[in-house]
Amino acid sequence: MIEIEHLKKCFGENIVLKDINFKVATNEVVVLIGPSGSGKSTLLRCIAKLETTNEGKIMVDNVKVTDPTYEIHKMKGKIGMVFQHFNLFPNLTILNNITLSPINVKKVTRAAAEKEAHELLKMIGLANKADAYPSSLSGGQKQRVAIARSMAMHPDIMLFDEPTSALDPEMVGEVLSIMKMLARQKMTMIIVTHEMGFARQVSDRVMFMDGGKIVEQGRPEQIFDHPQHLRTQNFLSKILV
Amino acid sequence: MFDFNLVINYLPYFLKGIGYTIGFSLFGIIFGTILGFLICLGKMSKMSWLSLPFKAYVGLFRGTPLLVQILVINFGVVPLILGQSNSIIAGILALSLNSSAYIAEIFRSGIQSISEGQGEAAATLGLTNTQTMLKIILPQAIKVILPPLGNEFISLIKDSSLASVISAPEVTYWAQAMNAQYYRVWEPYLTSALIYLILTLSISGILHIFERRMAVND
Repeated sequence: MIEIEHLKKCFGENIVLKDINFKVATNEVVVLIGPSGSGKSTLLRCIAKLETTNEGKIMVDNVKVTDPTYEIHKMKGKIGMVFQHFNLFPNLTILNNITLSPINVKKVTRAAAEKEAHELLKMIGLANKADAYPSSLSGGQKQRVAIARSMAMHPDIMLFDEPTSALDPEMVGEVLSIMKMLARQKMTMIIVTHEMGFARQVSDRVMFMDGGKIVEQGRPEQIFDHPQHLRTQNFLSKILV
Repeated sequence: MFDFNLVINYLPYFLKGIGYTIGFSLFGIIFGTILGFLICLGKMSKMSWLSLPFKAYVGLFRGTPLLVQILVINFGVVPLILGQSNSIIAGILALSLNSSAYIAEIFRSGIQSISEGQGEAAATLGLTNTQTMLKIILPQAIKVILPPLGNEFISLIKDSSLASVISAPEVTYWAQAMNAQYYRVWEPYLTSALIYLILTLSISGILHIFERRMAVND
């Protein structure tokens, strides 16, 4: 599904990603952990083509994302992205947030798009919010809508960039449970998160990043219970009090 | 001291002048907005060779006096194109070009006030740049753009008085004509001042209602 080879990314003089290599298989759930500034979010943003890259290549479904002539919108939502700050469109109702892209990009009829949007809203437990505007929703509700909005484009892979970091603690669970449901539905996902319990539960593989490199990766029990590298051990000992 | 009869005698001319003043500012704001939006897009282009001429345009029209622009356009540009000068066309052209430079900046600051995350979310959903601009960015930016755009319209109403130097028959032109005819100072100029005041206050009142309506959706 995703193949990354020798990826390098710099912001000016600052090298944020150094020689990143990995693959993600279809239906796989990969969780990226690591200290802030380690390059996790940048890596996700490179896959979604929200950042340009300096060296190496990223292939998504045999499409070379790192090709300089490649534009994100050509992917037509096949790489779904969920952001830390939701980025719902405040000028549109919840329903229109979800149907905007299917109607305008996939050219689905409004009736069909709305029917599916209502089903998605039911799935995330917000069936009664279709006509509300984002400003009237709580953070957790906004993030659930953001996930539904990506789902409406039937993505091949979903990228989550710290989806619960901007939420009040009592709202984290409702977002994670939606993500767990996606994992059960065999959605291919790459998730950047600090929720270690969740990471252990849903992931097929955990990758620990530090200093722009993948330091260690493996099954969640292996990374969390028997980390091999000192840096992984240090990080986990700080985070798992 | 203040002879109201003179003002009443001259009222038909002032009314005519009001028509031209409103016409100049209305055409100025309409063309200026269309042009200003396009200039803003050009100026925000990431390719520097493309944005450069637009930056130069904004610099030129903001950096030189409107009065000079009106003179150059009336006596230079319009005769060059039409073969003869035409104060109406020159007035509208000068006001439109001048206001477009300011409006371009109003659009730019409005568009840049929308968080980058909006464009990023739209792009990952497959929307093209044009779709994102029309359906996401502009509908949000318009709330930021409208108040300064209203101010620009009010400025235009006042600035249109400069068209009197090229004998465009707007309010100030008739005030000057009245001054010349009766050798009176207070009646023509205070009347014209009052007319401008009524026009600008009405516009700001209308804009206020608009802004309040738009705030309802927030």
